[in-house]
Amino acid sequence: MEATTSTQVRRVSRSSTRATTLSVIAQVWPWLFLLVLVTYFSITGTGFFTVRNFSNILVTSTLVMLMATGQTYVIITGGIDLSIGYTVGLASVVSAELMRTLGNNGVDPTLAIAAGVLAGLGAVLIPGLANGILIAKVKVPPFIATLGMWGIVRGAAFLLTTGKNVVGDLPADVRAVLRQVGNGSLLYRIEDMGLVWFRQPDDLTREQLRSLQRLLPYPVLITAVVVLVFAFVLARTKFGRRTYAIGGSKEAALRAGINVERHLIVIYLLSALTAGIAGILHVFRFTAGSPLVGEPVLLDSVAAVVIGGTDLFGGEGRISGTVVGALIIAVLQTGLVMLNIDALWQFIVIGCTIIIAVLVNRLREYFEKQQQEHQEEYA
Amino acid sequence: MPSATAEPILRVEGVSKFFGGLTALNKVDLEVYPGEVVALLGDNGAGKSTLIKCVSGVYRADEGRILFNGHDITDASPSKVREMGIETIYQDLALAENLDVGANVFLGKEKEKRLLGLIPVTDDEYMRREAAGVLDRLDIHIPSLKQKLVRLSGGQRQAVALARALYWDARLIIMDEPTAALGVPEQRKVLALVKTLREQGIPVIIISHTMQDVMEVADRMVVLRRGRKVAEVPRSEATVDLLVKHIVGGFDVA
Repeated sequence: MEATTSTQVRRVSRSSTRATTLSVIAQVWPWLFLLVLVTYFSITGTGFFTVRNFSNILVTSTLVMLMATGQTYVIITGGIDLSIGYTVGLASVVSAELMRTLGNNGVDPTLAIAAGVLAGLGAVLIPGLANGILIAKVKVPPFIATLGMWGIVRGAAFLLTTGKNVVGDLPADVRAVLRQVGNGSLLYRIEDMGLVWFRQPDDLTREQLRSLQRLLPYPVLITAVVVLVFAFVLARTKFGRRTYAIGGSKEAALRAGINVERHLIVIYLLSALTAGIAGILHVFRFTAGSPLVGEPVLLDSVAAVVIGGTDLFGGEGRISGTVVGALIIAVLQTGLVMLNIDALWQFIVIGCTIIIAVLVNRLREYFEKQQQEHQEEYA
Repeated sequence: MPSATAEPILRVEGVSKFFGGLTALNKVDLEVYPGEVVALLGDNGAGKSTLIKCVSGVYRADEGRILFNGHDITDASPSKVREMGIETIYQDLALAENLDVGANVFLGKEKEKRLLGLIPVTDDEYMRREAAGVLDRLDIHIPSLKQKLVRLSGGQRQAVALARALYWDARLIIMDEPTAALGVPEQRKVLALVKTLREQGIPVIIISHTMQDVMEVADRMVVLRRGRKVAEVPRSEATVDLLVKHIVGGFDVA
């Protein structure tokens, strides 16, 4: 009797150790994989291990990063938001269109841009709210509701551009202000000048331009602030706790008196909001809007979330994981191109990464269940 | 045993419930006294669940009255009933298995603190400490309170559900088939929990199919058959044979 008990104690503690180890692995492996990728590309690719390239990679990653941040919230509640691709496009089109109209009518560029930003962010709240109401109140499955919204937002964005792919031709003064942010950096390093804050000096020699390094690009800073706020809210606040609770058991959340419907509506609004910020950022970077900005990377945003360890069935996940996921995708895209490897390989590598991420998660769940069973035998 | 002078905490008076032509409950009376464990027995469809749902506010009784602590709760909503102190613990336990014990005890009523005196964040330390305290009261010791519930055993999770009820001042606990779907050692643990509750003066209504459970913990057994209360047996007089006869209606034939 004594002997069996101690065996059982050992089994409980062994399965407990395994479950703990696996959850550590689930969090750590994407970082290791990112490190391996960066190391590999740095050794084999000339020009990869440079400040300029890393700065470019970060700027490139902002689009997926922002979309994936809102998507993480959605997926933790057990949902999915398929509409955010065109939501990015909608925000960019609305804001670019308004900036152009106001700019052409002699409105101060800064004012025109501010109005455009607000209009773009306001516009995306409509599909976000519609998603939320359909899912929370009408109980339409998230996949279906946001697929419907995918079509509606797509159509709406193209109607606004009267079918054109690009909203360009912004007045020159508006474009200049946009570029200061979109291509600007809080801190530059320039040959013979050292560190320069806030904005790029106007009269640079060709050598100085070539040596110019953007150490803290504004798009990256803006994205970082958004991501940090979302990470904090999810990890530390009551709102975050309830987001996990709803993903773990909607029934439990309801019986605990949580207003699940209102919470879910806010979640889909937030998802639309991060997509909207991504769309606005696109206008700043390229001084143009397009309905097609976000859609090609919609699935990349889901991939970033999943690679980061968030469970597609809800209840598990962190923003830090999503950040790594987005970085892995951006590094792969840039690295493969620099190595002259067919860019199509990136899809295969990302695909494999997603599957590994899901397998690690499944394995963790398996050991958790095993611990539960062993604990029951021991009781 | 309830003394003759003690007031019942719950009094169900002549409650009936009809679903179309079906009489699910037929003028059922039930009393629960402070610190008493009452078992509700009966075959499938005898009306146990219907009675429980009438008490917890999920169903509204078509006839009769339900009094809790002297207040009429016949027409109260489920949340109102819970607010008054009747906690029903269903088989699925309604826990968020992806969260830890503290988070579950405080689910929907999270304790917050101010970060830098400004930003409200969850006070996880406090919630874990309080949860540990109430689990102590139940004589349950969970090695690591930071573990997600999914890693705990069925009995431990049952304890967490009870701990939540106790922490928020439940004054009557209803347990629906608490030992179903548990292994034998886990069943023992849950029964021990019920005894602990009684020792602390908290009355429990327990629905069970398992005769041994009932014989072990209940002070009184109430048997329902086809919507009627057919017997009320104190533990001192109860035998498995007698209870089974009441449940299947063996006395009708005689």
